[in-house]
Amino acid sequence: MKPGTSRLALTPSRCEGLIASEGGSCSPLPLAGEGPGVRAMAVGVRNRRGLALLALALLPVSAHAADPTSVYRQMLAEDNPAELAVAHGQQLWEQPRGPRQAALTACDLGQGPGVVKGAFAALPRYFADTASVMDAESRLVHCMVTIQGFDRQQLAAAPFSEAGAPQTDLEALVAYVAAQSRGAKIRVPQSTSEEHDSYARGRDLFYRRAGPYDFSCANCHGADHLRIRLQELPNLTRPEGARSAFAHWPAYRVSQGAVRTMQWRLSDCVRQQRWPQLIFGSQASIDLSTYLGVLAAGGTMDAPSVRR
Amino acid sequence: MADPMKIRAVMQSGRVEVKILMSHQEETGLRKGADGELVPAHFISNVSVSHAGREVLRVQWGRAISKNPFLQFAFRGAARGDELTVTWIDNLGDTRTDRITIA
Repeated sequence: MKPGTSRLALTPSRCEGLIASEGGSCSPLPLAGEGPGVRAMAVGVRNRRGLALLALALLPVSAHAADPTSVYRQMLAEDNPAELAVAHGQQLWEQPRGPRQAALTACDLGQGPGVVKGAFAALPRYFADTASVMDAESRLVHCMVTIQGFDRQQLAAAPFSEAGAPQTDLEALVAYVAAQSRGAKIRVPQSTSEEHDSYARGRDLFYRRAGPYDFSCANCHGADHLRIRLQELPNLTRPEGARSAFAHWPAYRVSQGAVRTMQWRLSDCVRQQRWPQLIFGSQASIDLSTYLGVLAAGGTMDAPSVRR
Repeated sequence: MADPMKIRAVMQSGRVEVKILMSHQEETGLRKGADGELVPAHFISNVSVSHAGREVLRVQWGRAISKNPFLQFAFRGAARGDELTVTWIDNLGDTRTDRITIA
């Protein structure tokens, strides 16, 4: 967590600090994201010196089919720099590495040892060998630890690359594994009680309001056409929004010049909510992925994509 | 050693459309790292594309090029099945050569 974020002295009335509905009265966002009247969201954050840090006005703007962002994405997608990470990830997958000099080709991503094709579209899922629900990233870490002999603490300490640094091995591997599911239908399973529980916990987390802003994921992702600055946010309470989100991560973030994974996406959302840091590979992070993946069932994977 | 390039070369109405994506950090030398020290400049300084022993493109680049540079150009005088050779050299002497068959 960034220093100080947990100790912001906020005493917002709901009106001043968080959500103002159409008539100027204050109301919490309805859970199902279906509620009427959420027209404008104003976030006014004051730090201890009383300076306004941020003032965002999120106004409803209908999405146009030919909106400039989608044209921009299309132009970039033709030569997606994530392909470089995919190629690097393939090398990492096939080469004998780590203290045990073993290749990851024995790694079981849920479709049998070594089967990569289509595996990403069915993750997170329950794995009997660890008796837990795991997503692609935590499963890859598990394989790197059990097959190649890497140190789990080290892998989990720096899962994402720093600004300007090369991609981490994990990021490259995730890009490779995800690319092998391009075009596959999203089918995150709900066949065991553990998978059911994971979905239920993820849904609860999604709607849970907490932190100094009393924010839930649903505050920003619970209605159509909400935006942060010019960035339209997918409505993750509906299958269409969940599909577009789940299908496009991991993604090459142009603004960061790097491939970012779903765990990174979730942890950055949580950071923006000023919640406590989402720990890499934690059950909470996997459960949120499960919620999203189950809701996104039937969508078509198209990752790694290009994002702003 | 540097990672491979992604190269595509396609014949389109008599011209070869070449698209090259290079894997490179492209440090300007102006950025400071987490330790407060300048990160040394590291960028691709020369790119050369040749076809059948003839250089069809020569590029001199500086530090203003973005990370993972993308280069697209077209030329005439080649046929499907010919081989294209792309080489880059950076300011620290690191180099990478990849070949592709024109489709």
